[in-house]
Order: sequence, then C-alpha cells, then structure tokens
Amino acid sequence: MKITTEAGERHVLAITVDNEAGVLAKITGLFTARGYNIESLTVADITADHALSRITIVTSGPPPVIDQIIAQLDRLVPVHKVIDLADQGAHVEREIALVKVAGTGEKRIEALRLADVFRAKVVDTTLTSFVFEITGNSDKVDRFIALMRECGLVEVGRTGIVAISRGPEAV
Amino acid sequence: MTEMSGADMVVQALVDLGVDTVFGYPGGAVLPIYDALFNHPTIRHILVRHEQAATHAAEGYARATGKPGVVLVTSGPGATNAVTGITDALLDSIPMVVLTGQVPTTLIGTDAFQECDTVGITRHCTKHNYLVMDPDRLGPIIHEAFHIATHGRPGPVVIDIPKNVQVATGTYSVPELIEHQSYRPQVEPDADAIADAIALIAAAERPIFYTGGGVINAGPDASAALRQLVGLTGAPITSTLMGLGAFPSDDPKWLGMLGMHGTYESNMAMNRADLIIAVGARFDDRVTGRLDAFAPHAKKIHIDIDRSSINKIVPVDVAVLGDAGRALDALIGAWQDKGHKARDLGEWWRRIDGWRATRCLDFPEKKESGAEIMPQRAVKALFEATRGRDPIITTEVGQHQMWAAQHFGFSAPNRWLTSGGLGTMGYGFPAAVGAQVARPDRLVICIAGEASLQMNIQEMGTVSQHRLPVKIFILNNEWMGMVRQWQELTYESRYSNSYSDSLPDFVKLAEAYGWTGLRIDTLGELEDGIRTMIDTPGPVIVDCRVAKLANCFPMIPSGAAHTEMILQPSDVIGTMDDEAKALV
Repeated sequence: MKITTEAGERHVLAITVDNEAGVLAKITGLFTARGYNIESLTVADITADHALSRITIVTSGPPPVIDQIIAQLDRLVPVHKVIDLADQGAHVEREIALVKVAGTGEKRIEALRLADVFRAKVVDTTLTSFVFEITGNSDKVDRFIALMRECGLVEVGRTGIVAISRGPEAV
Repeated sequence: MTEMSGADMVVQALVDLGVDTVFGYPGGAVLPIYDALFNHPTIRHILVRHEQAATHAAEGYARATGKPGVVLVTSGPGATNAVTGITDALLDSIPMVVLTGQVPTTLIGTDAFQECDTVGITRHCTKHNYLVMDPDRLGPIIHEAFHIATHGRPGPVVIDIPKNVQVATGTYSVPELIEHQSYRPQVEPDADAIADAIALIAAAERPIFYTGGGVINAGPDASAALRQLVGLTGAPITSTLMGLGAFPSDDPKWLGMLGMHGTYESNMAMNRADLIIAVGARFDDRVTGRLDAFAPHAKKIHIDIDRSSINKIVPVDVAVLGDAGRALDALIGAWQDKGHKARDLGEWWRRIDGWRATRCLDFPEKKESGAEIMPQRAVKALFEATRGRDPIITTEVGQHQMWAAQHFGFSAPNRWLTSGGLGTMGYGFPAAVGAQVARPDRLVICIAGEASLQMNIQEMGTVSQHRLPVKIFILNNEWMGMVRQWQELTYESRYSNSYSDSLPDFVKLAEAYGWTGLRIDTLGELEDGIRTMIDTPGPVIVDCRVAKLANCFPMIPSGAAHTEMILQPSDVIGTMDDEAKALV
C-alpha cells in the first residue's frame, strides 16, 4: 500500500480574534491537530484599545478542506470572524522582507542597481553591506531574493503576507 | 534497504536499538504493530491493565537500568491515559519513548473514532514529539527519538504513527550518524568553569555538596566520581529526593536528604554554608524553602546539563554546563593537578555534629509487642530486614514516600525509584513492575500508602500474568496522610475528604489475584511479617497497619526558611496566613 495526498489550492484567510493570551496557540494548534497546512502567518492587534487582533493565514487544500478549515476556525470561542479573501473578489497582498547582502566592487553596485529596479529601500549600510527593505507580493519578494543570491545574500527576514480586499467595503 | 510495512519497520527499529521490553496495551490503531510483534523472538511485551501503568512501568524499567523505557499504546484514550506518566518522566528527566497509534492520515482532523491530537496534547509534556506521515521516515525518526530521549537531559519522546503508515510499505533506513540538526547538548564541561569551581572548593571553609537526579542519570560512574570527590574534599553531602543512592547513606559525610522533609542537619548546613556545590540538581521549591532566605552566605557552583536550569531559581556564581559524571571527573582531575589537599573542616563538622545531635528523625513510640506500629519503625524494620539483599525500592506519593526517603538507606544508584517532580500517586506499583521485569532476580518492594496504591491497583493482574515476584508493603493508616497533615497544619484539622473510606480487604484482594496476602497489626508481628514477605516466592501484599495519625517530620512548611523547621508535632500551630496557604 502507498499513501497519496490530494493537491490543494491556495487560500488567504483573514481571521479577527480577541487579543488575549493563548489565542495564537489555539489557532495554530487547530491547524496542526487537524492536519491543515500553514504556508504563512502574520498577526498584530488592529484596534485602538488593543482588543482585537487580525491573523492572516495562507493555507492550501481541496475546496472541502478549505471549507472545513473556515468552519473549524469560526467555532473557536475567541474568533470573531473568518474571511476567505478569495471569496471576496479581488484582494491585495503585501509582504515585507529585510534582505542583507555583503560584498564589495561590482557585486555591491549590481545589488544596489537591482534594488532600485525593485524599488527596495536601503535601510542600513556599511562599506561592505546593505540591508534592503522590499515590499510587494510574495512573488516579487521571491524574485528579488533569488537575484540577491547572486549578489552576496547573507540573511533574509520575511514577515509573511497581510491581505485586504479591494474596494470600499470592509469585510 | 528493504521494502517492508511501517509496522515491521517499527519492530525492526526497536530490535536495532537493542530494545528487549515494551510495556503496552493494544487497540485498533496499533493492531498492525501488535501483529508484527506477535511471538517476537527477542522483544518481550508486558501487557498492562491501564496505559498510565505502562508509562510508569517503563519509567521503573528506565530508572532501574539506565536504558530508555518503551511504551506502545493505541490512539485516543490509549494516548491520553499515557499522558500522566509521560509528564512524570519529563519532570524527573527519565528516558522514555512512547509509540502511539493514530487514526489513518486520511481521517486526521475529522474527529474519527478514537482520534485525539496526540502531538498537540503531548507537546508540552514531552521533550520532543513526532507525527509520522510517511513510512519512509519511520526508521530515521525512531532512531532519532531514542537519541533525543537518552542524550542531554533525558526525557520522554512521543512518536505518533497513523494506522495507514503502519500498513503502507516503504524503505527502512537507519541514519548512519545520529546527530540532530539543532539539538546538540553540551556534554563536556568547559575547562575555565572547572578551574573556577575548583578554586572555590579549595578555598571554602564551610562547603556542602547538594546533589540530585542528574548524578543518577549520568550513570554509575558518576556516582563513583561523586564519592571520590567528596572523599578528596572532606565536605559534607546532602541530596534531593531524586538523588538518593548516588552517595552511600552509611558514610559519615552523608547528612541525609534536604528540603521540606529533609534532615535538620542538611538544611541547617545549607543555610550556614559558604559554598554550595550543586550537581545535577535544580533548586526545586521542595528543596529551597523560602528563596530570599535560601543559603544566604553561600557562593554557588551549579553543574547541570540543562542550560535553562542554571540561574532559573537561584543565581549562581559558577555555572558548569555538561554531563554530571564528566564534570565530576574534570573536577577530580583539576583538584589533583593543582595538588589541592582537603582543608581542615573540623570547625564546620563540629557545627554539623551539633545539628545532628537534635536527632531530628527520632520519633516517639511504644515498645511493647502489642503496640501499634509507627510508620517510621515499619520502614526502618524493612530496611534492616533487606540489608545485604540490595533491594530496589519504589514508592507511591505521600507520607510513606517521605518516611521511606528518611529512614531507608541506599548505598548505590538505581535502587530508589520515586516520583519526585510530578508527585504522581499511582506511580510506585507499576514502577515496581517495570523494575522487576528489568531485574527479575532482584528483590523489588513498593512501599505504598493505601490511598496511592489504589490509583493503579489494577496492575495486580499484570504481575500475576507475567509471574513477577513484586512485593507491596502498604503503610496503611487509612488516611491520605499528607493531605491530612497539611489540613492539620493549615486548616485547623478540618479533614475534608482525606479519609480513605471503604478500603478493600487487601489480603483477600491478594488472594483473588493469586498473590499472597499478609496483614501486620502490631509491633510484635512486624519483623516476622516482613521476613515472611521476603521469603514468600511470588508476589506478596503486606497490609501493615500503622499509627493512624502519625505525621511526617521534620518539615519546612511552605514559605518558610531552612532554619524554620517543624521538628515535632507540638511545634504545629494549626493555621497559616493566606500567603502561606497559597503556596504548594
């Protein structure tokens, strides 16, 4: 006997939760317990009184599994709202990466030139290194990092994505 | 590199890792592994009567041998029943590998029959855990799990194996070199730290060794090194509950256990010392008493294999990170290289002898043969009767455990198996089962309370089935004695639910399982009763009736300092302020 797994499609979920201790562990624990994937996760509180947090999770799975993930999340006591941004029409996604490259001479100049093309900002520099800040969707960040590998990449930190629907309505 | 089923890989890995015994209980989600174990030529399966007992038996096996204990249970309730023993092993740093069945990968997350989130539930009570989703990963994971359970600070590791992973075929492979990518505990102590430690030891006027379970875990050589170093320095030594046996109790340098129910001399010596050498001990709250009054005059050396234990409770002056045995060897080497000689500690020993003169473990008793038996006397009589037989002693948790720690003497490691960190009632009897399986020719005695014993008393069937000559010696006072003692100390003797009502007739219970049952009622029957227990082949329960209201002293009440010991019942006031009441 061999074990096979079903291919899935990518979904971005925006989850509004009470900003209380242990809520992130509850959400991630649900994903591991039920065998769901987390490809990216971001979290920060979003209200002036620090009462609510928004968690953005990128997950994947066949449609019935995505449906079940949303239902399971919605059932958790501290969860206020779960939105599948794919259901809300178009949405925008952004991610920040901090990318450190080290080197001198032509590679250093090429790194700066490519950063300019990608509209990455220099947020730290020494005579032998740069730290770039790049914002964009994950593909753009991936491509920038891939190019930097050729220009002396030494370290990367990425936030994971945040996402919001297009248009005037709040979801 | 042969193609085989996941279940066969599990058994092959156990064989390759030298496992001879598995404690377990079958169920739906582990049937393929049980089938692979059927009539196995080298692996003995001990069928328990409850999965909690399988974990404690594995702990008993591990503590008696130093080898990892192995447990095999099914999914859902099988796994959740194992959680208490897994947590016990984590708190006491016992090497253990627990294999749990899981529902097939296709059903995970669907609330399937006997499904639970085993890796989620055990995440915080294991050293590490795995969910194996691919049979090709079974070989590497099982080998890695044993490596993690036994290296660095030992602990329990859970491997959760879905049923279809057991049935599916794949390639069994063994990693050539087991070295974890990130987990690489420091074993060899740092030479500079050793030099700093030796300088402090050589200069100390009032040194004391404070040793713990880490010395036992580091193996018999570590205990031998400890004896040598204590001999070289001439310093007194005390130990935690977990460390008993690493140093012989009949040596004049031995002060007895320290802490809440430790001896007066060990606690006073800790308080007045100018140097504490902590070896494989973690400054637990049972040991330190009130922290701001803990060892106020002492510099501290802390030898530990767990970086997070150092400076966790008590800030120390010299930290030696590494295996206790290697560190003790390095200290001995450095001591000799520097040509140090033991200082004259005569003044320090005179003060210690003064504290010893309080004879803090003495207890009042009547001597006539019809008198009731004091529980301390029962333990002492058991100790005397088994001298020279090198018994393995397990305990349950409560007053009897503390009396055993105080009055039973140990001269070698791996003979004293008790639940220290978690304090698990129901530990001692299944631990005795595990120890007896590991050491079939040894005298294994569980010193029990009548209340604790009932928490896993179903294991009498396990003992009968596997013909294990385990002896259970019950100090029966018809009370959850330690609970009652705290109620006397704190709640003006309002005995809320601490009486052991409706006790079984333990003699008849023994007979019902095919054991021998004995009852001892009076002091005059004590020695003969114990001798009969030892001389009777096969399993024996002794229902030793002891003084019902005896309490365990000396005692440092919660929130008190080492110098504020209650030495006798008349020191008990009967109430405490809320701050003390809130402490455990």
